Amino acid sequence: MGLTQIQGISESKSGDPGFIITTLENAVNWARKSSLWPMTFGLACCAIEMIAAVSSRYDMDRYGAGVFRGSPRQSDLMIVAGTVCRRMAPVIRKVYDQMPEPKYVIAMGSCATSGNIYDTYAVVQGVDHFVPVDIYVPGCPPTPEALFDGVLKLQQKIMERRVFEKKV
Amino acid sequence: MSEINPIVEKIQQRFSEYFVSWSDYRGDLSVQVKKDGFHALCQYLHDDPEMDFDYIVHVSSVDYLGQKERFEVVYEFYSIRKRRRIRVKARVAEEDCSIDSVTDLWKGADFMEREVFDMMGIRFLHHPNLTRILLPDEYNEGYPLRKDFPMRGRGWRDTFEFMQKPSNQ
Repeated sequence: MGLTQIQGISESKSGDPGFIITTLENAVNWARKSSLWPMTFGLACCAIEMIAAVSSRYDMDRYGAGVFRGSPRQSDLMIVAGTVCRRMAPVIRKVYDQMPEPKYVIAMGSCATSGNIYDTYAVVQGVDHFVPVDIYVPGCPPTPEALFDGVLKLQQKIMERRVFEKKV
Repeated sequence: MSEINPIVEKIQQRFSEYFVSWSDYRGDLSVQVKKDGFHALCQYLHDDPEMDFDYIVHVSSVDYLGQKERFEVVYEFYSIRKRRRIRVKARVAEEDCSIDSVTDLWKGADFMEREVFDMMGIRFLHHPNLTRILLPDEYNEGYPLRKDFPMRGRGWRDTFEFMQKPSNQ
């Protein structure tokens, strides 16, 4: 709702009134969902699909989620793309802790979701064992379209979030 | 296999007491020796100008669970100048699970022998730094590539001790 009205600003010359009415919460959520800066976290073959999703053919920047950052301190979204080995787990947790709030996690692919076929001594059976996951994207590996679906679902989720709710 | 390979012939003459068998499957030359003569054979392959195997390709190991000498260490060497390769195998018993390191001959054996130690638990004598390389130093569940190791491990993959730190709560 807020989005279409905000786009109306540019139409002020065409005679439309140059203001919008929306809730502050809606505006904050809209800003957040439209500038999701992901953390570069490719661990295995899913990373190739993630890279393809950012490059010109698919262009993830259309959803405001294409500015991949090398530092967790500049990121809002961690896309865990690939098999998570137990030795990598503390690193992922550390990177997650370094991200500023609000932060989101997408578990991309079967490996990050559940360990996939790698039911072995060294592979963590899903990143949700040690970081909270917002969206699970199925696939082995998921296509860029599937990843976009996850990003869009996450944006829906962000729009539903209550920003100014008192914390109990 | 009817006529003997010239390299094998020389090895057989010099190391007759340690020589076990050899094979040449489609140009893949392979020699099996007893582990006591293993280092001397490697020294010969490395130093002798006729052999001149100056490059170590790979170190691996096999677990023949249930056999008398349970493990087999497999080394592959290559001669860059003479453009040929050889595979040397030596059996290691579980009770005396060790073999001489060849890091004094090929520096490149260092990490590969550490990997075999890490995964199969075979000790390499006179190795400069025989510690785990892929798994963490404090890993104590055993050696994962052994056939009697449970595939899902012994619980390490599901314990996240770093979550207990105060900074993570």
